[in-house]
Amino acid sequence: MRKKTRNLLYQIFGYAILSTIGILFFFPLLWMVSTSLKIDQQMFVYPPQWIPNPITLNHYEIVLTTTPFLKYFYNTVYYVTACVIGIVISCSLVGYSLSCIRWPGREILFYITIATLMIPFILTLIPLFMIFKTLGWIGTYKPLIIPAYFGAPFYIFLLRQFLRTLPKDLLDAARIDGCSEFRIYWNMVIPLIKPALAAIALFEFVHRWNDFLGPLIYLRDETKYPFSLALQYFQGIHEVEWGNLMAFSTLVVLPVLIIFFFTQKTFIQGVKLSGIKG
Amino acid sequence: MNRLERSRLRNGLLFALPWLIGISIFYLYPIAGTLYHSFFEYPVFSPPTFTGFLNYETLLNDELFWITVYNSIYYTCMYVPLAVIVSIFLALILNMKIRKGISFYRMVYYMPCIVPMVGASLLWMWIFNAHFGLLNTFLRMIGINGPGWLASATWSKPSLVLMALWLLGPGIIIYLSALQDVPQQLHDVAEIDGANWVQRLRYITLPMLTPIILFDIIISLTLALQTFTRIYIMTRGGPANSTLLFGLYIYRTAFAYLNMGYACALAWVFFILVFIVTILIFKSSAKWVYYGGEG
Repeated sequence: MRKKTRNLLYQIFGYAILSTIGILFFFPLLWMVSTSLKIDQQMFVYPPQWIPNPITLNHYEIVLTTTPFLKYFYNTVYYVTACVIGIVISCSLVGYSLSCIRWPGREILFYITIATLMIPFILTLIPLFMIFKTLGWIGTYKPLIIPAYFGAPFYIFLLRQFLRTLPKDLLDAARIDGCSEFRIYWNMVIPLIKPALAAIALFEFVHRWNDFLGPLIYLRDETKYPFSLALQYFQGIHEVEWGNLMAFSTLVVLPVLIIFFFTQKTFIQGVKLSGIKG
Repeated sequence: MNRLERSRLRNGLLFALPWLIGISIFYLYPIAGTLYHSFFEYPVFSPPTFTGFLNYETLLNDELFWITVYNSIYYTCMYVPLAVIVSIFLALILNMKIRKGISFYRMVYYMPCIVPMVGASLLWMWIFNAHFGLLNTFLRMIGINGPGWLASATWSKPSLVLMALWLLGPGIIIYLSALQDVPQQLHDVAEIDGANWVQRLRYITLPMLTPIILFDIIISLTLALQTFTRIYIMTRGGPANSTLLFGLYIYRTAFAYLNMGYACALAWVFFILVFIVTILIFKSSAKWVYYGGEG
């Protein structure tokens, strides 16, 4: 009996503390949505009102009518899609080379890959800018998208971690049967690593959707902005109009949250993978 | 080298080709380029002139550089220990054996990390707002007159840390999966021997977590020092340069003042500082990281 009571108390305590902290994590986002739906007078009342009364869509209307919102949406989707495709293709090829083909030098390449993970972005930024300037790519999406087709260290590392768990005998058997490396990669390995590819595609999606510094440095023309930069530009115009700012933020945040909600299992699996020691 | 080895080498290189090109163009060349340009005066629109170590000498007398160093040390010394402790604490809580819904809570704790940083920054500016912000309103309710947060030179760095604690998701998940790997027998045996909850945490759980803690410290440190977007949006380095970190200072030197050569020198000094700290942490790790069991 005593054990039962103890367990019940444990359960109650567990849910109480998990929920309290959960609310702390969730409150800011709730506050954002709530502010975006309030009329201006209600925004500054004390004590704060969590549920807007009356609910107004005025701020959303302002965002959607005074900015080329659809254009921003199109730009963002274009940028994100192009990068996700590039990353999945390039990193799966490199990951395959690093874990499924036994060639001299692959260990060294792997260590160099890990080392590049530690390089601060700021160390490569300026010469890269110079290269793209010489190529005449400033003001276009090329400097942001094309590098994605040449691999990225974090995803290569992640895929290698995943590929290491595949049974190597299977690949060797296929080789003995005369299968070409490309067919093994394409017909055997790709189907097996779909969950890991989905995870890196999601990471890249979120990363690019949220990317600010890249577009800030390389884009010039306001009509080319993706959401992240557009939101900051909008902030410059609507300095302290919190309702408008929160409405725009909500519109930018919402798609990512929805996608995360439906894919969180894959996502969290990917995060776990990144923590496994090499 | 026989035929088989040759064909393996060829295939290996072929499949790794994108990354071999990528590493050369997007990492090796720019790193060398930054070092090279740091010895030049280079205003973007006119050709560079060689100035030797002048940029590095300027740097030593540059007040903003020393402020940036001070801010970086202050910020990381406050953020990294807190990040590690809070992440472990939250992972321990998520590891409680409740009946159902653990994946729901895990999702909620992770969620802030996928919110676009620009949106999150605007949101936190609003929360930190001295007069109408959520934080000070709440403090007023319990009778505390809150500080100006981002608007105060004393509180701006703690504000950034506070916001960063909202973004610990990946660390929490990694600690959580490490906690789930701690063999249950160890806990059972300790419990039979009469070890209480605190003792088990101190002598079993924490030692088993040390490799992950090392990993987390390194990652948190590198990321903290590179904080850019939040500062660019929320404070622009102010008030009174109290939130000026290397990312913003280098960005400003290069792209606002168009002083590319000096920005390159700053970037190299920054990199060397980060590198030294990382090495020191690795060196110290032999004393406190436990690699038992796995070899």
